[in-house]
Amino acid sequence: MNRFIAFVRKEFFHILRDRRTLLILFGLPLAQVLLFGFALTNEIKNAKIAILDNDKSPHSQQITNKLLASGYFQLQENLRSNQDIERAFRKGTIKLAVVFPTGFTNNYEHGRNSQIQLLADASEQNTAISLTNYATAIIRDYTAERNPNAQLPLTIDVRSRMVFNPELKGAFVFVPGVMAMVLLLVSALMTSVTIARERETGTLEVLMVSPLSQGQILLGKVVPYLLLSFLNGCVIIALGVFVLNVPLNGSLLLLLAETLLFIFLALSIGIFISSLVETQLVAMFASLMAMLLPTIFLSGFIFPIESMPKPLQIISNIIPAKYFIGIVKGIMIKGAGLQYLWQPTLVLIGMSVLFMGLSLRNLKTRLA
Amino acid sequence: MDAIIIENISKAYSKIPAVSDVSLSVRPGELFGLIGPDGAGKTTLFKMLVTLLLPDKGRATVAGRDVVKDYKALRQLVGYMPGRFSLYPDLSVEENLSFFATVFGTTIKENYHLIQEIYVQLEPFKNRRAGQLSGGMKQKLALCCALIHKPEVLFLDEPTTGVDAVSRKEFWDMLRKLNERGLTTLVSTPYMDEASRCDRIAFMQTGKILAVDQPVAITSRFKKRLYAVRAADTYQLIHDLREAPFTESCYAFGEFLHLTVKSNEGSEQQIGRFLQEKNHRNIEIHAIQPGIEDTFMALMTQTQPTA
Repeated sequence: MNRFIAFVRKEFFHILRDRRTLLILFGLPLAQVLLFGFALTNEIKNAKIAILDNDKSPHSQQITNKLLASGYFQLQENLRSNQDIERAFRKGTIKLAVVFPTGFTNNYEHGRNSQIQLLADASEQNTAISLTNYATAIIRDYTAERNPNAQLPLTIDVRSRMVFNPELKGAFVFVPGVMAMVLLLVSALMTSVTIARERETGTLEVLMVSPLSQGQILLGKVVPYLLLSFLNGCVIIALGVFVLNVPLNGSLLLLLAETLLFIFLALSIGIFISSLVETQLVAMFASLMAMLLPTIFLSGFIFPIESMPKPLQIISNIIPAKYFIGIVKGIMIKGAGLQYLWQPTLVLIGMSVLFMGLSLRNLKTRLA
Repeated sequence: MDAIIIENISKAYSKIPAVSDVSLSVRPGELFGLIGPDGAGKTTLFKMLVTLLLPDKGRATVAGRDVVKDYKALRQLVGYMPGRFSLYPDLSVEENLSFFATVFGTTIKENYHLIQEIYVQLEPFKNRRAGQLSGGMKQKLALCCALIHKPEVLFLDEPTTGVDAVSRKEFWDMLRKLNERGLTTLVSTPYMDEASRCDRIAFMQTGKILAVDQPVAITSRFKKRLYAVRAADTYQLIHDLREAPFTESCYAFGEFLHLTVKSNEGSEQQIGRFLQEKNHRNIEIHAIQPGIEDTFMALMTQTQPTA
């Protein structure tokens, strides 16, 4: 037991004395959460727009005011002609142009079909879609307010409600994603690198010619990273809940338990990688290629799995982060319990067993 | 019983033989040197003896334990210092030592007497990171770490490679002292001058043992006449001598060339005349006693055609 404690202590020395390791361990999660939380957001605030009001009527004025009062839009300039629209888009100063045609009021008040043109800069397609949707909704609102009793024949009134995330906050999506990414990165990458380092420096040779068993050596490597990763997970959850206002509707205990399970899985993968490679550099690349990229692109963290081509959808099933993100979203946002989440939980357990088993099988009491 | 017994051991890396059919035994309390150039198979032989590699053929026992079957028990009994620096550079001198002590189930205090003489030199730097020590200091620390659990047999794989001459001498003085206390030590080195400090040595070349004997006795196997030759133009000299009809072999040894001549030829006068004809100046020739390196070179060239 003494041996084991000494080993864990040594491992902590390694971690605490290496600035790069410390930075990855604690700087990375903070930077990720804050970056995604405040800088990289696809929510729309104060998008710059231009108005070309050929109608110059109270109606056009009121609709303009309503658009600008929404908080989504900010008036960049009032345009005078159609040529101006193209010029403004080319300069890139505006994202959306609203055009009131001549005779807008006339058509509107005489019950004829009146039109407003929305022109969006679709070089950023997601923003363009969101902006036109917001603007359309606001304009429709205006007509509805004006004519509350107007029952137009055979219109379908669509009313949508956003459940679980009525304000459409991005934080709800990326906090679980960042958590999965950081935990994978820290756990898998760091363990695989640290074991490869011992192999590279030759200290593994000396350790092998000692009474320490290979299992003890592995466990000694895992325990410190398990603790630190768990701490990391807690920090991310706390940041999400207290700084970014992500709700925690489900059980905190369940969330922590699932986090621990996921960390264990990531560590198993890290050990598995390290049992296959010889050097730190290879371990690092293997971890990044095998873990980080699929986690970002195929887990549904950034791109929805449903809109992927079929082959990629199938591949996404073997990405551990996919299941973990689902679980975290379920617990934090939907308040789901284990009765809804047993399936992904079981998948994570299965994967852990698989990778632990494989690495234990690869364990050698000798060099070759 | 001998401390290390090696019987017809062989090891190949994907069909390329590293050690082939080596037999050797080391007596208890002996300081045994394994001498050979890089790539001779010394490290592979070491790794098999300290249970890190499985031999393809043959068997070996260390301290009475079979290196394959009793590897667990054996790991408690051997001290192993690999060729390259194998400590944690980010841990301090003291932390490294206490880590290895704990791993082997002991403490620095308990076995301090074993390492005292070496460790006193390191003590002023005990809080310094091992990575910041000089080459000689690193090796001393590694030796302490290999000794701290009171091993019965000590394996040192090229402990003095990359260490300066003074530290090398100090290191061998320490090995001698440890040996006087009865510690069986197997040490490998590519440096021929270190061979004379061992009780017995084995020459190793391309995976085979060429000769095993006491350092003094081994030079007596050198039967031919040997001369040290020097002249103003060393480069031209070695060229001419290798072309000479009486020459068996000629190697550069520092500022002199060591010239071995064929059995019935090559008196001092004959060599002198030959060199004068070739217009060499400042010629110096004298007969010398063969050293360990001369012997090794001779054994090497003898076995090469058959190898």
